[in-house]
Amino acid sequence: MSSNLDNGEAVALGDLTCREFVDLVTDYLEDALDKQTRARFEDHLVDCPDCPVYLRQMEAIVGAAGLLREEDLSPEVRDVLLSRFRTWRNGG
Amino acid sequence: MSTNESQLAGSPSRQGPPDIESGLIAGLRRGEESAFETLLQRHHTSLVRLARVWVRDASAAEEVAQETWLAVVQGIHAFEGRSPLQSWIFGILANKAKRRGTRESRSRPFSAYDSDADRDDLRGMSPDRFVPPGEEWAGHWTYPLADEESCPERHVLAEEAGGFILRQIDELPGRYRSVMLLRDVHGLTADETCAILGISAANQRVILHRARTRLRITLEPYLREGANCVEQLG
Ligand SMILES: [Zn+2]
Repeated sequence: MSSNLDNGEAVALGDLTCREFVDLVTDYLEDALDKQTRARFEDHLVDCPDCPVYLRQMEAIVGAAGLLREEDLSPEVRDVLLSRFRTWRNGG
Repeated sequence: MSTNESQLAGSPSRQGPPDIESGLIAGLRRGEESAFETLLQRHHTSLVRLARVWVRDASAAEEVAQETWLAVVQGIHAFEGRSPLQSWIFGILANKAKRRGTRESRSRPFSAYDSDADRDDLRGMSPDRFVPPGEEWAGHWTYPLADEESCPERHVLAEEAGGFILRQIDELPGRYRSVMLLRDVHGLTADETCAILGISAANQRVILHRARTRLRITLEPYLREGANCVEQLG
């Protein structure tokens, strides 16, 4: 498990397929591509009508995950923890 | 779209500004209940959700979260701020939950984290989405991804499908869930996440990639047809 480009296909220089593009999206967003692969990724982004949509969807999903709100703490649990806190801070 | 705009590396994390955080740390050190309550409101439900990655059930997760708060209160004086407070708290939780998960696993066949092994092979994009090798346009999409309209803004997506997304994350096998919660939901850095979970940077990226790809696959009906199908997503 060291590379996300693992579908076993030979990669033609400078000519990424959509399938390979999809495998590289996270490494691209993580800035983990070597310079050459990054350039090929970005070339594909310019040439392909569909993969920019894929990338934007992925960014939107990742961004949305960062905006999720967990459910609020229930008052019951909060009260229990606050009363424990009063004990803890007094060295209890 | 410029390349820079598409970078997520600099996206803001959930952590508040440093001055607010240092105020909370100082307050907690002085034993102020309000500081503790603020931290509870911010992190408690997140801690319980993360603990479920390793422990058997909701009540065990709740206990682990409570043990974590005790450790936070006791340890805050020694906290050196080398990592953000949130990351430190999640690290304590992960250690306690892992230990408890290991204990639990002695009394049952699998731990919550490792029982995923049999479904660990999170399937990525189906190969039939791409033109097969040997044909013209091999490796390209078999049919176009939907148009511009199928790129919702993150705010819209969170608003309209947030509950669905969270349920989908809960469905992920443990290791995928832990990485996705820490990285994408809580905004920890890759380094912080690797340290907390004890995994390599490369492994972290592979896990993150598979989790994100899976999440996108489950969201495809929404991406194709928009909010009107979000109820059908469940
Ligand atoms: Zn493409």
